[in-house]
Amino acid sequence: MQDDIDKLTRQALDAVAAAADLRALDDVRVQYLGKKGLLTAQLKQLGQLPPDERKQAGQVINQAKEAVQQAIEARKSDLQQAELDRRLAGETLDVTLPGRGQVAGGLHPVTRTLERIEALFAGLGFEVALGPEIEDDYHNFEALNIPAHHPARAMHDTFYFEDGRVLRTHTSPVQIRVMENRTPPLRVIAPGRVYRCDSDLTHTPMFHQVEGLMVDTDVSFVDLKGILDDFLKHFFERDLGVRFRPSYFPFTEPSAEVDMECVMCDGKGCRVCSHTGWLEVLGCGMVHPKVFEHVGIDNEQYTGFAFGMGVERLAMLRYGVNDLRLFFENDLRFLRQFG
Amino acid sequence: MKVSEQWLREWVNPPVGTAELAEQLTMAGLEVDSIEPAAGGFDSVVVGEVLEVSPHPDADKLRVCRVDAGQGADPLQIVCGAPNVHQGMRAPVALVGGKLPGGLKIKKAKLRGVESFGMLCSARELGLSEDHAGLMALPADAPVGTDIRDYLKLEDSIIEVDLTPNRGDCLGMEGIAREVALLNDCDLTPPAIEPVAAQVEDSFPVTVDAPAACPRYLGRVIRGIDPGAVTPLWMQERLRRGGIRPLGPVIDVTNYVLLELGQPMHGFDLGQLQDGIRVRFAAPGEKLTLLDGREVALAADSLVIADARQPLALAGVMGGEGSGVSDSTRDVFLECAFFDPLHIAGRARAYGLQTDSSYRFERGVDPELQIRALDRATRLLLDICGGRPGPVIEVSSEAHLPRRPAIRLRSARIRRLLGFELKPAEVVGILEGLGCAVDAEREDWSVTPPSHRFDLAIEADLIEELGRVHGYNRLPSRAPAGRLQMTPQREEQIDGRRLRLALVERGYQEAITYSFVDAGLQERLDPEHRAIPLANPISADLAVMRSTLWPGLLGALGHNLRRQQERVRLFEQGLNFISQDNEIKQESYIAGVLCGRPLPEQWGVAGAGVDFYDAKADVEALLRLGGCFEAFMFEAGQHPALHPGRSARILRDGRAVGWLGTLHPRHAEELELPADTQLFELEIAAVAAGRKAAFEAISRYPAIRRDLALLVDEAVPAGAIAARVRQAGGARLKELRIFDVYQGKGVETGRKSIALGLILQDSSRTLTDQDVQTVVDEVTTALQQDLGASLRE
Ligand SMILES: [Zn+2]
Repeated sequence: MQDDIDKLTRQALDAVAAAADLRALDDVRVQYLGKKGLLTAQLKQLGQLPPDERKQAGQVINQAKEAVQQAIEARKSDLQQAELDRRLAGETLDVTLPGRGQVAGGLHPVTRTLERIEALFAGLGFEVALGPEIEDDYHNFEALNIPAHHPARAMHDTFYFEDGRVLRTHTSPVQIRVMENRTPPLRVIAPGRVYRCDSDLTHTPMFHQVEGLMVDTDVSFVDLKGILDDFLKHFFERDLGVRFRPSYFPFTEPSAEVDMECVMCDGKGCRVCSHTGWLEVLGCGMVHPKVFEHVGIDNEQYTGFAFGMGVERLAMLRYGVNDLRLFFENDLRFLRQFG
Repeated sequence: MKVSEQWLREWVNPPVGTAELAEQLTMAGLEVDSIEPAAGGFDSVVVGEVLEVSPHPDADKLRVCRVDAGQGADPLQIVCGAPNVHQGMRAPVALVGGKLPGGLKIKKAKLRGVESFGMLCSARELGLSEDHAGLMALPADAPVGTDIRDYLKLEDSIIEVDLTPNRGDCLGMEGIAREVALLNDCDLTPPAIEPVAAQVEDSFPVTVDAPAACPRYLGRVIRGIDPGAVTPLWMQERLRRGGIRPLGPVIDVTNYVLLELGQPMHGFDLGQLQDGIRVRFAAPGEKLTLLDGREVALAADSLVIADARQPLALAGVMGGEGSGVSDSTRDVFLECAFFDPLHIAGRARAYGLQTDSSYRFERGVDPELQIRALDRATRLLLDICGGRPGPVIEVSSEAHLPRRPAIRLRSARIRRLLGFELKPAEVVGILEGLGCAVDAEREDWSVTPPSHRFDLAIEADLIEELGRVHGYNRLPSRAPAGRLQMTPQREEQIDGRRLRLALVERGYQEAITYSFVDAGLQERLDPEHRAIPLANPISADLAVMRSTLWPGLLGALGHNLRRQQERVRLFEQGLNFISQDNEIKQESYIAGVLCGRPLPEQWGVAGAGVDFYDAKADVEALLRLGGCFEAFMFEAGQHPALHPGRSARILRDGRAVGWLGTLHPRHAEELELPADTQLFELEIAAVAAGRKAAFEAISRYPAIRRDLALLVDEAVPAGAIAARVRQAGGARLKELRIFDVYQGKGVETGRKSIALGLILQDSSRTLTDQDVQTVVDEVTTALQQDLGASLRE
């Protein structure tokens, strides 16, 4: 009996090993372990054995069944793996082909620059204020202490409308509108389009400025120096030299122009900085008492500073753009470089 | 303002070099634009005397000269083509071995067979002026053989200072010198200017009818000048270096005083004046022919210098033809006035003029300067042309002369404005250095500015001067301090950045186009709005304010299509300008233009052009941002820019807030744009107004979907079907999907098949088949009754 079982087991194990696929393997299982299988049949014959042999013979048969069952499981697992491998091999993709779908566009470099400036000042609690682009003479000039015939008007190349209104020549009128409508303390920046009747290699009739204004009980020129120095270093992400030059704006007193070390040549002198090592990037000053008077802010109680910067100029320096006019041609080959 | 450094150093000579001097000026607010040498680079050019001129044997235009250039005993033979060469003339000679500006080397040469040992030079050849009419004639006493650079003192730099409008006081050598002396703490050494006593009794009547405009008018008669006198070379050189062309002694002298002291003057030919000078405003209809030959009709606010007959000059701006000095003038009337800046400002520009004179009077000439300037000019004129001066004629109106009232200056205010403590001694030192009279009263000063500083009127002006002279860069920097206050963050408001990014993610590039556009293009695209024209446009294609963003975007589209771009998606955000009931509405819009493939060209994706619905999906993406998508509606509408059957008006709560559509094929053809060009434009305020999210409980019970296939008239809009379904579906209809629209085989002509997916759910229980059927029946009945729909098998 033992011999029969052993022989049967060997046959079964050989058959398992020889099973070429899952179906053949299942046939083997049915042949030996099925209800009518050969090993199952052996169990059924146990009754014919003497009672004292039954137990041991039962164990032998069960062990044999167990061994065959395990072999089948192992073989099944191997065959499944092989089949999966085969299927996966057939599903291989060229992963180097590009992905499908929409490709994002991008923001205009002027917008990027504006957002960058706004973010830096937002961090200091400056709110964004906007104003009209067709302005009246009062807000664009008069309230900023630039009366009619003032020589400073000649520097503005103003676009006029028949009714005497103008296209704003700077974002400074937004200062006035903010101060007219709100009370200090004020921390505001005013980004936007401005217009000058001038068009050549280095001028476009429209460009962008950001105006800044801070009014509080204890704001001074050294604060103005501090904030602009900080701004330029953070905007350019460089520890560059910054200097303040006395200048003149009718709406600030004292007034200054701000030069920074040329980012193109690190201050050594190049074509961009006219070989001076410095680039003029900002105008600024302490709010003129006349301006406070126009908007009804008490000169003795409050002081304030204001500054203005040209956005295209900052964008050109930051991104190395060498032609101002590119900003308004909207050539995709240009715009995509800033996406 | 062009400053000859040599001349400046006669006034003030600080121990600093040219570069440092320029740096000092720049950092004091007198920005130096450039520093140029006073002459081109040349060497071995000396004073020569032409001893003999004989014709060239083989060339009509050339002459053979024998020239004494101080080079040994024998004169040099030089061939010369200048028309003005003549015997006895002194002129610059470039010697053999020398070099001219631009690097030209002087060599022994043969000109048409005649040897030439050097070159006689014009002023232009030496880089001294543009004058190329002939040889540069030197005075008869020019020492032969002297190096021209030494003779003309050419080792000089011309420092060009770009002055801000407040610093009229620096529009003369004296003003610049004052600044340099203050910055270097050294003394001024001005030329002595003495009163010139009258030698004749001759006076000339002066009447000032407009004393507010002309508070001070000084005049003087000088009789019997030598009309043949020549301006000395040193003066010509200084004028040249100051950017002024020499024009004859009288004019040269007045110009010299202009450069030196900043006082504009005018010389009249006394013989041309009738009866007397009258300073008055122009009368209606008066005309004046200016020195430049132009006849102008005088405006009523123009101050003129007139005689008994007619206006002679535009006061403070330009003289007139006929009354000025000429080559034959023997008797001169010199004018030296103070005109009020406000009465000169803008007048020159109104006539299209800007003169050295108006430039100074507009900015303010020192009202105390006239007598000194007149004496200076008289002395120079007498020295050059001889003549006998009459007495000074003065008409002044003290009441109208500008005052410099004392300004109160508080130490606390200095600290508050500058943020820095200046020592009282430095405060006083700087102010006195500026010429102010300072009355000290324990750090509460009373400061009277000098007459030449028009710009010092209030305390802040003085504080600026303190900061400026102390040096802005010597002031510290500090981070400003302020109260920390939160700014409002309105959650229901979508900001512009969110809108921009939504389009960027959908493949758009942002464009920025000019706010003024071509009137014709705008008229074509938006004829319903009257364009707002600029009074002074820069060009015809940038002449009217845009009422829509489309002209700019279509322009940018065309630009790119002409540069091999086939798929273009651009958007812009900005103001449109619409004239309405005498008001100009300036409101923010966002608009887009697109053409070409819906997706970038790629494998596995078909490549047809975009259509209306691609653009609509982008518009819908924007409309969804605020969470109020249901408030928007699209309805078929007609827009002059758009295809009549493919354009939708976009409404929010019934109000039109935008447009979407395919560019009208006629425009596409005329503008040479593709037929698949799509456009949209939305009012930002309408898109940006969103809502704060409000939580709604999520149903725990399953949703059930029922699909319906309907046949309706092809004219029935899907929007109407959807609206009717939603209404009939009630609260249990959670979602409606239109998942197919079909016309063609199997569907009767004039009808279309629409497939709807209804998603039903209840928040309190699982829906039964009966519940679902009830809703479906409601919907189908409503569609059948109201829209003539039938269920499709
Ligand atoms: Zn540089």
